[in-house]
Amino acid sequence: MAPILQLRALKAFYGQSEVVHGLDVDVEEGGMTVLLGANGAGKTTTLRAICGTVRSEGEILFAGERLDRRTTEQIAALGVAHVPEGRGTFIGLTVEENLRLGAYTRAGRPDANMQRMYGYFPILAARHRQQAGSLSGGEQQMLAIARALMMAPRLLVLDEPSFGLAPRIVEDIFTIVERIRQEEHVSVLLVEQNASLALELADHAYLIETGYVVASGSAKALADDPQIRRSYLGY
Amino acid sequence: MHQFSQQIFSGLAAGAIYASLALALVMIYRATELVNFAQGEMAMFSTYIAWSLVNGGVPFWAAFVITLVVSFLGGMAIERVLVRPVENAPVLAAVVVTIGLALIFNSLAGWIYSYTVQDFQSPFPDRPVLGALITTRDLGVIGVTLVMLFLLFAFFRFTATGLAMRAAAQNPESARLCGIPVGRMLAIGWGLAATIGATAGIMVAPVLFLDPNMMGGVLVYAFAGALLGGITSPLGAVIGGLIVGVTENLVGTYLIASQLKLTVAFALIILVLVFKPNGLFGTAIVRRV
Repeated sequence: MAPILQLRALKAFYGQSEVVHGLDVDVEEGGMTVLLGANGAGKTTTLRAICGTVRSEGEILFAGERLDRRTTEQIAALGVAHVPEGRGTFIGLTVEENLRLGAYTRAGRPDANMQRMYGYFPILAARHRQQAGSLSGGEQQMLAIARALMMAPRLLVLDEPSFGLAPRIVEDIFTIVERIRQEEHVSVLLVEQNASLALELADHAYLIETGYVVASGSAKALADDPQIRRSYLGY
Repeated sequence: MHQFSQQIFSGLAAGAIYASLALALVMIYRATELVNFAQGEMAMFSTYIAWSLVNGGVPFWAAFVITLVVSFLGGMAIERVLVRPVENAPVLAAVVVTIGLALIFNSLAGWIYSYTVQDFQSPFPDRPVLGALITTRDLGVIGVTLVMLFLLFAFFRFTATGLAMRAAAQNPESARLCGIPVGRMLAIGWGLAATIGATAGIMVAPVLFLDPNMMGGVLVYAFAGALLGGITSPLGAVIGGLIVGVTENLVGTYLIASQLKLTVAFALIILVLVFKPNGLFGTAIVRRV
């Protein structure tokens, strides 16, 4: 299938300093692509460049449209849903209000979509009147993903959904993400520290070090690479 | 006892004005962490617009509505043209912009309308009612304020735009990721704040009389109310404003000369800042890096 997202010679900056030095990344339509790498490799910055929250150079093509030079809100309206590092839920608003905000760019009443989200994440239905800040870390991550899906996006961008969560909850979340990818026909671009779990679920993987792609290929090929196994999988 | 109750009620009428202006301050503070020192002068200028319309023969309530619309658009324009450029500047720069704005409006009003004190007719007759506890004019002021507060509450609670504005104030980056145009939300916030201020100005003008400096004292009381309630809490601003109005009236009647009433507001501001910096309902703002 054709890639839904293409990064071409992407450079990204924090203030004046260049953090990402020219990446070429393809995200296949309907698939799950993962960016792996150590802390500070430039994974989060790459995601932020896609969504226009940091300055970038190079080309970002999404379903034939240039995303670079567009504003973050325009990019969201085109169908890119970003669940940022630290989840970015509106902690002072209720669960239901958070979900409604996810549907901001969609015309019409969001109720049917909301019910579908409650189907994926029953715990959110039980807590729909609670303030998002009162949820546990795992529940907040679920809320952040559900809110992103309320946009009915074509591309779901997840930045370390496992961060700070217990292993069992991480597995729950990834199981649901995999189900959502199939049922909602959404492509997923994932940044993840938990390399073994990510390589199990993803089709394609890119290994990033200090702002460069140092290895890429099918997730299986990367998982079998002895050097990657030693450095990132620990066996 | 009767006099005491009377003072409480007329304090509530004054408090309703302070509550409105305090609410306008809090709305802008929550959205941009900026204290708008021009809020009072913007309200004064709006009041002059209403006054010229009424003098030109427009019926009062029509002039009232036209003024609110003009103020809304004016508030949005101010945000776009003057506040947006200093959005990412140090907070002092933005504060200086609002102080400059206050001076501009003050001078502009003096230039256009002169500094002569004008009479502004209240739409409500000034008759004592309820066993002379309160006048119909004060009741009218409280009523108009309550209606406005209720409409605002409904707007923020039940409309998509209101929810988006709350989200944009709370977490601008996440709001953008949801596709919410945060800049437009800020402009609407300034528009609404200007509209609330205009209502307060028009309601207070019959009592204070209209002149370019009429809102100076009111703004200080509104600050006191907003700080007392907690500068981050809209409900707190309303309650704080009412408390300030009643306190000011009682203290001015029983304890000190009424010429010294404004001191009460300053004393209150200092007490709150020293002993309860987050006010009654506010939350501490934690800066995330």
